[in-house]
Amino acid sequence: MVRYIIRRLLQLIPVFFGTTFLIYYLVWRLPGDPFAAMCGDRGCPPAYVATMRAKFNMDDPILIQYFKYLGKLVQGDFGTTYQGLSVGKQMAMAYPTTVKLAVIALLIEALIGIAAGMYTGLKGGGFLDNLVLISTLFLISLPVFVTGFVLQIVFGFQLGIIDVTVPPSAPIGSLIAPAFALASLSMAYVTRLTRASILENKRADYVRTAVAKGLKPNRVVGVHLLRNSVIPVLTFLGTDLGALMGGAIVTEGIFNIKGIGNLVYRAIFFKESVTVVGVVTLLVVVYLLMNLLVDLLYAVLDPRIRYE
Amino acid sequence: MGKIRKVAVVAAALSAALVMAGCGSGTDAGNAESKISIWGGEPQNPLVPGNTTEAYGSKVVRSMFTGLTQYDPATYKSKDAMAEKIDIKEGSKVFDITIKKGWKFHDGTEVKAKNFVDAWNYTAFGPNGQGGASFLQAVDGYDATNAKDSTVKELKGLKVVSDYEFTVTMAKPFAIFPQFLGYVTFSPLPDSFFKDPKAFEAKPIGNGPFKFVSRVPNANIELTRYDEYQGADKPHFKDLDVKVYSSQEAAYTDLVAGNLDYMDTIPSTGLNGDKYKTDLPDRNGEINSPIIQTLQFPTYDERYKSPDLRKAISKAINRPQITEKIFNNARVPLYGWVGPSISGYTDNQCGDNCKYDPAAAKQLLEKSGFKGKIEISTNGDGGHGPWIEAVCNDIKNNLGLDCAFVPVPTFSEVLAKEKAKQMTALFRQGWIADYPSIENFLRQLYETGAGNNYSGYSNPAFDAKLKEADQKPNETEANKAYQEAEKMIANDMPSIPLWFQKTQSGWSPRLSNVRTALWAELDLSTVTVTG
Repeated sequence: MVRYIIRRLLQLIPVFFGTTFLIYYLVWRLPGDPFAAMCGDRGCPPAYVATMRAKFNMDDPILIQYFKYLGKLVQGDFGTTYQGLSVGKQMAMAYPTTVKLAVIALLIEALIGIAAGMYTGLKGGGFLDNLVLISTLFLISLPVFVTGFVLQIVFGFQLGIIDVTVPPSAPIGSLIAPAFALASLSMAYVTRLTRASILENKRADYVRTAVAKGLKPNRVVGVHLLRNSVIPVLTFLGTDLGALMGGAIVTEGIFNIKGIGNLVYRAIFFKESVTVVGVVTLLVVVYLLMNLLVDLLYAVLDPRIRYE
Repeated sequence: MGKIRKVAVVAAALSAALVMAGCGSGTDAGNAESKISIWGGEPQNPLVPGNTTEAYGSKVVRSMFTGLTQYDPATYKSKDAMAEKIDIKEGSKVFDITIKKGWKFHDGTEVKAKNFVDAWNYTAFGPNGQGGASFLQAVDGYDATNAKDSTVKELKGLKVVSDYEFTVTMAKPFAIFPQFLGYVTFSPLPDSFFKDPKAFEAKPIGNGPFKFVSRVPNANIELTRYDEYQGADKPHFKDLDVKVYSSQEAAYTDLVAGNLDYMDTIPSTGLNGDKYKTDLPDRNGEINSPIIQTLQFPTYDERYKSPDLRKAISKAINRPQITEKIFNNARVPLYGWVGPSISGYTDNQCGDNCKYDPAAAKQLLEKSGFKGKIEISTNGDGGHGPWIEAVCNDIKNNLGLDCAFVPVPTFSEVLAKEKAKQMTALFRQGWIADYPSIENFLRQLYETGAGNNYSGYSNPAFDAKLKEADQKPNETEANKAYQEAEKMIANDMPSIPLWFQKTQSGWSPRLSNVRTALWAELDLSTVTVTG
């Protein structure tokens, strides 16, 4: 088990170098000079462009630029943006908001999704089952910006029960509506996944054995059936959390949330490779750790899975 | 997402009728201790006046600094602010500037002539890499100081005479130089800036009506009233909160919900069907901005050499129809090369060459002998497709030429191609006044070799006329000569004027006495607030 974890952690190293270089290269390849358009239609004076290019090592070959950047990065220095602000500080400010939003969204999709999936999976057929099937289909077919705007207009403007936009400090109460918009699609998937998984396992041999043994229905469902049915759902939730941690450009835009998605969008727009690479590096590490965590959870849930 | 305005500075004119639009109760003094929040964007450079040329940073810097002159919000005229008097000597070559006594920076030190001279020297010095340096290019010694690896730290043309007087000597006579002085680049800087520029960037110190309180990057910038401010434009409220939004739509939603007090632009969600007028009843305004759009010809390309062809295309475009059908009258046809309400603007400088006349256009085309396809190019991410298609339809129907829109993905890419003179198609060029003068629209775009002369236009007579205008003893006479130069463009048509823009603004019910000032911004000196 420990060896497995160490091996997985070691795998992070080549992935880290590969992704940072790839992203650095891609941003560097974007056409146009980032400083040419920074002074508006009038254009920037050549001395300004020269100073800025020198400051950000842009006249060096790409590999040297990358290693200069990496040298600072391993010392924990994420560099500064073109406006002279620290990238590290910007990330430290944006990331807690993104994490809060992601966790709330994950809770919403897990709680509502699994509950609805279990109920319909166990009861199967009937009015409620059909209602859940139709409403999840409806949610799946809606793009997130539609859900976002509808929530904002109906609950923010017309009913006045939620904040229309999220203040910079991002209190948890104001994040519930955006998190709901963000979670709606995955919630529908989780419901359907749980439902299908439960329906399938309900007829499995081990469930029949458990019932034949005379176990109480609660124990059959709670311990035997659910534990096995939830594995595919957990895989889905794990990757989804990784994706949510990467920020949500559209939802953040609608509700004016100062998260990581907003930061990276702006950075790409201005060709600010320092910020883009910094943020993406962090996201890659988070994503890989999330996947590792999910893999380890399998072993907890399913005794047949063992890692060496 | 919030489309960042790629503008130098938005100088926005007011039509006199709209100056006081939305003015509530004229005598209401409001609550002098309250706070106003306005829409803003993330400044693209540190908040140092000489390095701030784009709209978002300028908005903040302008409220923290007061220069020698200011532009009157209603008339656009340049008027003295910190300047006591500006004497013009030696036929517009030397400007002797005396400043008012008793003005203080926010840190309590007095503003002296030296603070202006040091600030301008710092801005012009090449190795400092300041974005606003080119505004000083007419000053004597600029080329030596601004070189990339210059060692000349001081502009030859700047001399401190006494604590309250300094002189500016130009390389060549330049009559309209005083027009420049209201621009943020010409602000003074306190002595503390030169000791530690980094500390200044973290907490800027100005001499304007508002002082810096705090800044959260990408979220907001807070300013508060500077009570010892000596200028005439003292605000009637206390705190100013410049909020940064991820998108214009989110800001607009906040405005309608009453969480934001003022927004100087309305996103398309509010403009569609004039929705903003019902969302914000009696709380909206519209002004003519001197933001113009033109179609430029790559005159360095043999195919577009004939002025007859260029006139033919100009006469084939039905401007009123396009502004009405495509822009829902948010654009107004332009028949000259200067934005409205700008000092030196006169109507219809283009004359017959911009008049819609398909028959005459067809004749001119035949005279030019042009055959082939017309292509129009610009950045594809700016929503320019619909009007270019409309222009193309006019060209197809009226001239019988094939015409197509060729988009380039981003603004910086198309800008690079235009600068390198690699365009093979007609292209869009927008222009916004840096300072409200006709000279800004002509020299920057059409003088031989000028920084923004992307069409490659070169006419010795035009260049000579500009020089003649520079040497006139005063602005009125200079403007007359500039207008004669503008007429010359009409003869050659290196560029086709299309239209100028209107900008809309909206505000919350808390505000009264709202008027939209120069640069399409809220006039902070008149607005009052309740609650």
